[in-house]
Amino acid sequence: MEKVLLKNLGKPNSHKIDTYIQGGGYRAIQEALRHTPDTIIQMVKDSGLRGRGGAGFSTGLKWSFIPKDPTVPKFLCCNADEGEPGTFKDRGIIDNDPHLLLEGMMIASYAIGANTAYIYIRGEFAFGARRLEEAIKEAYERGYLGRNIFGSDFSLDIHVHRGWGAYICGEETALLESIEGYRGQPRIKPPFPAISGLYGKPTVINNVETLSCLPAIVLKGPKWFASIGPEKSPGPKIYCVSGHVKRPGLYELPMGTSARELIYEHCGGIRDDRRLKAVIPGGVSAPMLSADEVDTPLDFDSLAAKKSMLGSGAVIVMDETTCMVKVAYIILRFFSHESCGKCTPCREGTIWLTKILKRIEYGEGRTGDVELLESLCSNIFGRTFCPLGDGAVMALRGVLKHFRDEFVYHVENKRCMV
Amino acid sequence: MLPERLREEIRAVEKRYSTKRSAVMEALRIVQREKGYIEKEDMEEIACMLGMRPVSVNEVTAFYTMYNIQPVGRYHIQVCRNISCSLLGAEHLISYMERLLNIKVGETTQDGKFTLSTVECLGSCGTAPMMQINDTYYENLTEERIEEILKGLE
Repeated sequence: MEKVLLKNLGKPNSHKIDTYIQGGGYRAIQEALRHTPDTIIQMVKDSGLRGRGGAGFSTGLKWSFIPKDPTVPKFLCCNADEGEPGTFKDRGIIDNDPHLLLEGMMIASYAIGANTAYIYIRGEFAFGARRLEEAIKEAYERGYLGRNIFGSDFSLDIHVHRGWGAYICGEETALLESIEGYRGQPRIKPPFPAISGLYGKPTVINNVETLSCLPAIVLKGPKWFASIGPEKSPGPKIYCVSGHVKRPGLYELPMGTSARELIYEHCGGIRDDRRLKAVIPGGVSAPMLSADEVDTPLDFDSLAAKKSMLGSGAVIVMDETTCMVKVAYIILRFFSHESCGKCTPCREGTIWLTKILKRIEYGEGRTGDVELLESLCSNIFGRTFCPLGDGAVMALRGVLKHFRDEFVYHVENKRCMV
Repeated sequence: MLPERLREEIRAVEKRYSTKRSAVMEALRIVQREKGYIEKEDMEEIACMLGMRPVSVNEVTAFYTMYNIQPVGRYHIQVCRNISCSLLGAEHLISYMERLLNIKVGETTQDGKFTLSTVECLGSCGTAPMMQINDTYYENLTEERIEEILKGLE
């Protein structure tokens, strides 16, 4: 497959505007401006593009919820708060090809009628934030941003907003709270951001990778995009592979590539040629697959059918030496650290789960602890404001589903069976 | 009182948003960039500039983990302890650094040079294990490489 999202990686000065233009950049926005916003929305609907941040919602449909009233200001927010453990694709785009993202944002802003857009980037990405600021400056200097871009009557300003160390701000309503200068705690939905988002105005929040697909969709057409990968979740996808593989990294492949192909063909197999034990297919919130599910295509629907999810496309590979109690402990410790504190089941529940997992891991587990974990999971799942609590439970349930015996062994024998 | 150039920088940030309050995170970052950490007086001054109550600024400072409300060493070492780094030996490297610097996680060396912290995923999982020192990422870490990196810092 011809690369779309990572095509400029490795080019010298790939982040500079001249390099981007020489590679055909900023033609798509000029093409888009020749069409009506509604035509662009229809094009994106027809392409079948689904959000790459984790939820997999149809991008074109999301845009179509934005009210058409031209007197109401609208906003686009690019979600670059990449924090799902195992995920590093958006950073790849931002550090190496920031203009691809900017052009995608221009197309999206034009389609929804937004004249102001923000890039919410996590604070740790200091390098990426500087790259974006430099790229935005370059774009203003050429007249690609600001008033009447490319001679049209469309105007757009893009600003960088740095997060400052809160995973929860990747949740779209927490992200909006954060831009407004509050603690990043999720809002109750509805109202959805398309109706009442940033400053109470209609707002679209799209992930970096989603927005970066747009220039190619405009130039090559929705049919081309829809022809890549599975019919219901088409397009190119960046898989972020980490853990026990020989060649970890970013791989842009057709959506629906199997975990087996990804691990054994593209990543060279498991380190030291050990046996595969489990794969987390979409960041730690996604329930893990066991080694015998490794032929599962990595796309939204195939993974949902396996009771897991594509999430952010972060594929974390674990070999036979991995202790699953420790994995569960590290994941739940993360969620308890990142719970925003707004609702009780998540705030207290993730702490309790972590405490119990810690004592099991350190050989101090008590009889009944595994059942206690399961009971706590039932009391958190579906009872929280936002998906963070659910994500923590799905992750733990995923480990228990395949490796419950390891937990029982830890409790009974005060040590690991691996 | 913050120097006038910082106040000017904060006023420029306000212009990006529909409300002044939206500038609070960036204002706090600017103060931390200059002083290394944020004091009560800084929060009060930012509150005054942005038309906020001081407690609302304090809420923001307390919520976001990257704001330092206490001085940190000249080099703030933040080692990732999340899953991908852990699978490739992050715990060993954290203990190694504790021994090397003769401090525990959360502490600062007596000369004020290094503070050692652990953090959750920094989005560098393909090059795990990794750490961040001030603004810079250091990846594919080994004991030897860590020793070399720390020696190289003035």
